[in-house]
Amino acid sequence: MDIEIVLNVSSAILFMGVLGLLLSSLLAFANKKLWVFEDPRIDEVESLLPATNCGACGSAGCRPFAEALIEGKVAPALCTVSSADNITEIADYLGVDSGDVVKRVARLACAGGSHVARMRAHYDGLASCRAAAVVSGGPKGCTWGCLGLADCAEVCEFDAITMDKHGLPVVESAKCTACEDCVEVCPKGLFSIQPVDHRLWVACKNLEHGDTAENDCEVACTACERCAKDSPEGLITIDDNLAVIDYSKNGLASRVATERCPTGAIVWLDDDRGVIKGTQAKRIIRKEALPI
Amino acid sequence: MGLFDLFSGLKTFAHGIHPPYHKDTADKPIRRLPFPAQLVLPLDQHIGKPAIPLVKKGQEVVRGEPIAKADGAFSVPLHAPATGRVRGIELMPTPKGPKSDAIVIDVYEGSTQEVLWKQPREMSELSPAEAIQAIQETGMVGLGGAAFPSHLKLTIPEDKTVDTLVINGCECEPYLTCDHRVMLEHPQALMRGIRYAMRATGTTQAIIGVEDNKMDAVEILRNHLPKGGAIKVEAVETKYPQGSEKMLIKSVLNREVPAGGLPADVGVVVNNVGTLAGLGRLLPEGEGLIERVITVAGPGIVKPGNYLVPLGTPIRHILEQVGYEGSRTEFILGGPMMGPAVSAMDTPITKGTSGLLVLNEPSIEEESHKIWPCIRCARCVKACPMHLNPSILGQMAAKRKYEEMAEDYHLNDCFECGCCSYVCPSNIPLVQYFRIAKAINREQVA
Repeated sequence: MDIEIVLNVSSAILFMGVLGLLLSSLLAFANKKLWVFEDPRIDEVESLLPATNCGACGSAGCRPFAEALIEGKVAPALCTVSSADNITEIADYLGVDSGDVVKRVARLACAGGSHVARMRAHYDGLASCRAAAVVSGGPKGCTWGCLGLADCAEVCEFDAITMDKHGLPVVESAKCTACEDCVEVCPKGLFSIQPVDHRLWVACKNLEHGDTAENDCEVACTACERCAKDSPEGLITIDDNLAVIDYSKNGLASRVATERCPTGAIVWLDDDRGVIKGTQAKRIIRKEALPI
Repeated sequence: MGLFDLFSGLKTFAHGIHPPYHKDTADKPIRRLPFPAQLVLPLDQHIGKPAIPLVKKGQEVVRGEPIAKADGAFSVPLHAPATGRVRGIELMPTPKGPKSDAIVIDVYEGSTQEVLWKQPREMSELSPAEAIQAIQETGMVGLGGAAFPSHLKLTIPEDKTVDTLVINGCECEPYLTCDHRVMLEHPQALMRGIRYAMRATGTTQAIIGVEDNKMDAVEILRNHLPKGGAIKVEAVETKYPQGSEKMLIKSVLNREVPAGGLPADVGVVVNNVGTLAGLGRLLPEGEGLIERVITVAGPGIVKPGNYLVPLGTPIRHILEQVGYEGSRTEFILGGPMMGPAVSAMDTPITKGTSGLLVLNEPSIEEESHKIWPCIRCARCVKACPMHLNPSILGQMAAKRKYEEMAEDYHLNDCFECGCCSYVCPSNIPLVQYFRIAKAINREQVA
């Protein structure tokens, strides 16, 4: 009886031991046989990257970007999330030039805050732009405009977007990494990623003409064509009742285009002074929201 | 199926809800409303490609004349609902959301109710293919609300065969009574439309499903049935969403449409009573769809009822005619469960609009808007007529896992009936989440 138990136990231990030995030697063999050389610098560079995997550089994440850096396909400065120090560190480590990349930021093509853009109805549902947009396009008079329920501010991982007192999102350039999350989330498609040197900017998407557009929003583009006429040929065209800037001719852009805009829909974005409207744009002194 | 249903002998489907029905306008006969000064006819009133305008600014049109043609097979034409002059093609608000191109007609004062443009045809001489063509020319779409072109619905895919035409007379949405009135007042036109549809689809039997809160309609329809027994009238349990085509097929035929499938997969084609009654009237006359019956109801309405309105009538005009009370009111096009709220008084009645409801807002405001956590009570699971799991779907929506919802949890089988949100004791806006998820998934594909 006792011997039977001892035999059973010892045979089990023996069997498991032999099996373990066999499998471990198989693993050891596979480890040698299937070993692939991987550049140790990849790990090193990856540890210097911010590990946000935001994709703003165009790579799928920080590791693919590190691989591309090692292969010399991209410059370190393409990572817009890293601080300048980090980028220099990576460039020094790899012994390459840190590269020169124009900073890109998210921009909103709407200036219709609650003090200038009319609401046509109360919206009382789920506090999300997406939800409001499926209820007959949202409560705003201008069906192209910002609904102001902050889906973009919520989705932004870098806290770069805050809502101002008129219910419009404001992008803080320093924090924006051009990751495009806000571009995807906006149901009205108002955000786009722009290099900061695109200083001439149409802050409107309203496709209506003249008074019809202005009735809904005091700062709407009325398609009066003054900006197009005052600018060098081809820089600004009027397409579907909206001024469209051809950024391939960005070198020709100047503040002249904004000067005669009656509503201030086309603006000049200055690094220090912020949004500059033309001198003939109507002054908006109202602070409170428009009645419905 | 509960014990009670077994004894009552009524045909029905599993799950669903019983909201208060408010069918107060059921005894109000259909009445005409006068023409508004201006008609707004969006080119994309139907599902599919927008119609192509045939008229230009300043042109005179007569009542019934085609003003836009179908853009290929997945589209339907538009006809002028009144005699007048085309003001232009302008961006106008629509019930769908963004403003879209619409033909705006200034109606002449004293425009006649007589249809001045028609091409009568002998329906018995047409082959099924020609009948489908004729149906497309009427511009008819599903009048129940989906606005899916009727000629497409009655075109059976070549690899499928159908044996049964199911006619949907359930009208399960609260308040709405327009289909009820059509069944009571136009049974002959309905029977004619059923015959045309049976011939076009090659079906041998037809079943009209009517909820048992409309027994007067059941009786009238039974009295008008043609001899031979090919057409039957079946009373089904009054339950929301009985009027969804998949639920109705389950109820009257006990056939289940496979997930992601169409009624044709189980040999059925479904049409609304309003649609077929419309076809029964329009096809022999060779007219286009220019007006429809809508129910105007709700606590805010002075003279609720069922009204025959020209397409393109702005809701402002209807409200002026019937009168409404309250300063902050909610306007809904269609039924309260699935109909969209409108945000502009200029929004026109389109082909898919089955009702105009005016609800006073305080009833909504009294309730708390606070959303509580899910307590796993599974009421939504018990309510979902598609046998989905709204509870899990809702949690995934909160985490923005939209693709996974569609791939692993059959989000695309959800037809947004709203039963889950209706029963949720935690006030979780489930169907709203699902509509957002579906909208985002559609965008990703596009």
